[in-house]
Amino acid sequence: MSDSALALAPVVERVHELQERIRQLQAAKLDARSIPTHSAIAELLPGGALQEGATYSVDRSLTLIMLLLAAPSAAGAWCGVVGVPEFGVEAAAGFGIDLDRLVLVPHPGEQWLAATAAVADALSVVVVRPPRRASDASISRLSARLRKRGATLLVLDAWPRDAWPHGVWPQSDAMLSITESSWAGIGDGHGHLQSREATVTVTSKTHGRPRSARILLPENHDDMRVR
Amino acid sequence: MTFPTSAPERVLLVWCPDWPVEAAVRVQGLDPDAAIAIMEAGRVFACSAAARVEGVARGLKLREAQARCPALIVTPHRPADEARAFETVLTAIEELMPGVQPLRPGVCALRVRGPAAYYGGEEEAALWLLDQLDELGVPATRIGIADGVFTAEQAARQRLPQRIRVVPAGTAAEYLAPVPVGVLDDSSASDASVVTLLRRLGVYTLGDFAALDAADVRDRLGEQGARLHALAGGLDSRPVVARIPPETKECSIAFEPAVDRIDQVAFGVRSLADRFIAGLTASKLVCTAVHVQLDSERGESSERTWLHPRSFSAADVVDRVRWQLQGGASAADQNGVGLSSGVVAVRLIPANIDSIGNHEEGLFGGGPDERIHHALSRVQGMLGRTEVLTASIGGGRGPADRMTLVPWGDRLVHAREPAPPWPGHLPSPAPSTVFEPPRPVTVFSASGAELAVGARGALSAAPSSMSSGRSTLRVTAWAGPWTVDEQWWDFRNASTTSRLQVVDATGTAWLLALEHGRWWAEGKYD
Repeated sequence: MSDSALALAPVVERVHELQERIRQLQAAKLDARSIPTHSAIAELLPGGALQEGATYSVDRSLTLIMLLLAAPSAAGAWCGVVGVPEFGVEAAAGFGIDLDRLVLVPHPGEQWLAATAAVADALSVVVVRPPRRASDASISRLSARLRKRGATLLVLDAWPRDAWPHGVWPQSDAMLSITESSWAGIGDGHGHLQSREATVTVTSKTHGRPRSARILLPENHDDMRVR
Repeated sequence: MTFPTSAPERVLLVWCPDWPVEAAVRVQGLDPDAAIAIMEAGRVFACSAAARVEGVARGLKLREAQARCPALIVTPHRPADEARAFETVLTAIEELMPGVQPLRPGVCALRVRGPAAYYGGEEEAALWLLDQLDELGVPATRIGIADGVFTAEQAARQRLPQRIRVVPAGTAAEYLAPVPVGVLDDSSASDASVVTLLRRLGVYTLGDFAALDAADVRDRLGEQGARLHALAGGLDSRPVVARIPPETKECSIAFEPAVDRIDQVAFGVRSLADRFIAGLTASKLVCTAVHVQLDSERGESSERTWLHPRSFSAADVVDRVRWQLQGGASAADQNGVGLSSGVVAVRLIPANIDSIGNHEEGLFGGGPDERIHHALSRVQGMLGRTEVLTASIGGGRGPADRMTLVPWGDRLVHAREPAPPWPGHLPSPAPSTVFEPPRPVTVFSASGAELAVGARGALSAAPSSMSSGRSTLRVTAWAGPWTVDEQWWDFRNASTTSRLQVVDATGTAWLLALEHGRWWAEGKYD
């Protein structure tokens, strides 16, 4: 038993190596371009930044979504949010997202895939929360369209935890989540929420191990710093 | 010291007494014989004859006016409506005599020399004019003819049984001499301090005032005093500047027989919209708000004003007509009025126009580019107009109040102005998730009792856990409550809300609100 496991080890390694090569060859374009990204999160992502045409899954955190949108929005990109009626506009503005270049499609209903595709045709960064599972073929079509248009898709898997197996959108390049957070300024019946220290964890296929970083989140994103 | 004054020209001034009341009767469909008062800044601005009989007078406080006449119908002063209603009078006058200058709603002036020559005398011209206005149904119009606008207005306002008062040329000063100085208060070029000062100096009539030396008046009262002095002496040098009659830009189309399919209407409207926009472009104008009126076979009418963030193109206008029809079809759009039968007529009225020069696109960075507009319009076509939104921060205290969402393509109109301070709104950071509508939760104290907020805004106990029905979360930190008493003066909208921030064991913070005795999760800092 242990012999066969030992014999398999180099094979498994070889398979991983080949998968890696295939993935590299499958990369969207040879010159996959990156878009402005929050500096602390950029280090964790494959490719060192958010990529045009790529898809990222974000686990149940609109704060993280806003953090990702802030840098491209400040750089002049248009952002779209599909299927998230509870998107907090004031918080978004606080993170530095330009509301003039933010478009909300709160209730796309049955046509959420078509709406996402149409919005992604024109806007650079699109956030979507899938209300239900879509077929792999339609997701492939959407991914192809994103690659062609150079739009970045952030998939928010907020509540239907069972919508996708393990809550991950197939073909997502990385999965981001806030794994731990603590608040400052609030006590036991005094003060108010002021700032937050959060651990952002990124899991991706290219990096074997999840990577994480501590981020301090005050209101003004200019003051954000990494520990 | 003298200053150049051209000799005043002969002016015919038409005065429609109580025009604000007349306008209210016309616009709001009130009973013309009722006691009506137009209010401005809490005081009576104008009142109808019936109200005057009861003792209501200009300048009374609302309460006093209502005490004198309990049946008083009170409406606010709406200068725009009054000006619009006066437009019909101006048009009627222009049919007889050209060159009308509207001075303010209810008063207009014109040079009388031409009409006097044509109709064979100043008084004859005025009689023709009165005939025309009586036919229009404007009651008790009065006309004054004199040298200069000021003298003509005094002549028109003189309480005489005859409705036309002609002050012969060159006699303006004699005519004005016995008039009290108080009338200078009403003339547009004055302020009350000059009149008060004149009274205290013992100058009670315009004659007394005019008798003072012009140079002395100028030294003592300045440029404005000198101007009033000239008025009092019948030397009103203001020329009559005739207005240019506005061209009508509205377009309409009639369908015969009635059309009952939205795409057919949209198709029929396309050429109309082209004509509408081309007409505006030809006069170097763009339309930033359009009023669309749809008439149905059964006599219903759906009217709505559509705003545009930039300016309308023909395709945009067609879209608005389509949306108005769709909005009527789905009850979700409250602004749409449902039509139960086919459309017989569509009218496009420019509600707001601007010079085309102000709307030319810059070479770089002017507004959202066309590609984005097309794509989002397509999504609107797919899901409905109100499903694609742009957001901005509004005024208010709750997190949901502070969001203003506007359909793509409409102009931003805040329900509550963001500018005034909103004491009691929560300090930043704002919750990233704002539940719409808020979700019911239960908050427990350590003893397991449900948490309450006392009449003095204190919590009954420290919160220790919260439950959303399915799961229970332990509270590790909390702050509040902050109680906001909103609109307590209005029992329909009054609300008392106590907000609480809590942090649960996973490190997620929640914004909870107690309203109507129930706890709600308003937002989440996830």
